[in-house]
Amino acid sequence: MSRLRNLALIAVALIWLLPYAWMLSTSLKTLPEIVAAPAAPLPSGLNFDAYRAVFAAMPLGRYFWNTTVMALGIAAIQIALALPAGYALAKLQFTGRAVAFGLVVATLLIPAQVRFVPVFVLLADVGLANTMTALILPFGVSAFGTFLIRQALESVPDSLIEAARMDGASELRIVFGLLAPMLRPTLVSFFLFSFVYHWNDYFWPLVMTTDDSVRTLPLGIALLREQGTGVRWHIVMAGNVLLSAPALLVFALAQRHLLRAVVSRSP
Amino acid sequence: MKPRRPIDPYWMLAPTALLLALFFFYPLLFAVEKSFYDWDLLTPPRYVGFDNYRALLESGELLDAFTTTLSLSVVVVIGSMALGLGLALALNRPGAFASAVRAAIFSAYVVSWVSVALLWLWVLDSSAGALTLTLRKLGIPTLDWLGNPRVALYSLAGVTIWKIAGYAMVLFVAGLQDIPRQLYEAAALDGAGAVRRFFNVTWPLLRPTAAFVGTTSLILSFQVFDVVRVMTQGGPVRSTTVFVYAIYEQIFINLRVGRASAEVVVFFVVLLALTALQLWAWRGKPKGARA
Repeated sequence: MSRLRNLALIAVALIWLLPYAWMLSTSLKTLPEIVAAPAAPLPSGLNFDAYRAVFAAMPLGRYFWNTTVMALGIAAIQIALALPAGYALAKLQFTGRAVAFGLVVATLLIPAQVRFVPVFVLLADVGLANTMTALILPFGVSAFGTFLIRQALESVPDSLIEAARMDGASELRIVFGLLAPMLRPTLVSFFLFSFVYHWNDYFWPLVMTTDDSVRTLPLGIALLREQGTGVRWHIVMAGNVLLSAPALLVFALAQRHLLRAVVSRSP
Repeated sequence: MKPRRPIDPYWMLAPTALLLALFFFYPLLFAVEKSFYDWDLLTPPRYVGFDNYRALLESGELLDAFTTTLSLSVVVVIGSMALGLGLALALNRPGAFASAVRAAIFSAYVVSWVSVALLWLWVLDSSAGALTLTLRKLGIPTLDWLGNPRVALYSLAGVTIWKIAGYAMVLFVAGLQDIPRQLYEAAALDGAGAVRRFFNVTWPLLRPTAAFVGTTSLILSFQVFDVVRVMTQGGPVRSTTVFVYAIYEQIFINLRVGRASAEVVVFFVVLLALTALQLWAWRGKPKGARA
């Protein structure tokens, strides 16, 4: 019974694993191999021509760099802004607190697909379209991150903060020096979640960039398919391996943190 | 707590407020305003009243985008919830094996939409795709998954389900783990079988989680764009032109900012309605069902 169930579960896992294996296998084939026997499960040997072709087709290093800088920049700014904001919303009494919190949460209703047209026009007016700023700054505030940090700070006892104030610590020092280290698990989870999310993003870079200088990896790899490649699937799949490997690597190393970020959104 | 100086909370929120105003609230107002103009980004905008909305309605474009998106969403929500719940029930077990299977399924949620779209574009290719060839070899009739206008949208729905089922599964597993063990023991003592235990204990306590999973996947599938852009570009014969793709087309292919803004405004109203639905679905959430 339990052996039967395990077999069934292996079959289920294969529905998710086989496509990856197929991607990897295709990326190691040559064009004649694909034309002759497209369904052959394994390549005839380890052939890296397709990867060379990807490197030749686009400034891969630049795309990779742009993507990483963008995702790191967004995640870092989101945390840097959400910490003081979350602190004010969780711990400080002031007029308009409920309204301020309501406005932060309300931004969840305004996704990128609603705001990209005006933001593009706005940034183009000040000469910032097609720059890293256009990729990073519009995502500088994360409602989810602010909400998460506010929630985590609510369970920190007031006495701790009062003691730090007695010691003469400034408010910024309290937020970044005392509270931030206490929130480490939350911050790590959120950072990884945000990093992977924006690393993978396709829509925003697609509508904000017009040339190679700031183009990101998902855009470049998707272009491989658009350049009239015909049946050159080995090249598209080689690009796809390069695109998905970093996200899968982060997942393999930090599965626990990513899962916590995902589950913490639920009721 | 009292702030040290009354001004403290305000400057701490100032950077957040500035970015929210610039990149969230101003854009929304801008879209509303421009929806009353005819504007191609090159010549000055020209006021046209409700013409954009009228044109969207009369051409049937709005209704088409809405029904296409809704058809996709219904399949995606039902499919990913049913699959996610089934997987969660099967895999809510300790041990390295179950956790490895869970990780394999959830990995698709972590990988980019572009990766998933390219991957399935190749698997579903009508002449050399692995699925097509395998079915043919087994003697099962196959379809032109992405080239047939009656099938393409559901192929995209299938790909979307493949990508997000792991998300539903993870949330359902978390929900299942919060159900107190004693409830099952009590039900078993009462002689309830597996099916009755599911309907009398599991499902009622899982309802808040199900409402959350259902409404978030609904909102997510209304925002679908990447798979459409990469796999079908809205075709064949506009059968996969979902809402966001229609907006994208208006602005980047037709250069009609006013028309696109009107579509954005309608899209925003639809999202508001879906969120209202979400809040309604969460009402009366049993306290303490989830910590």
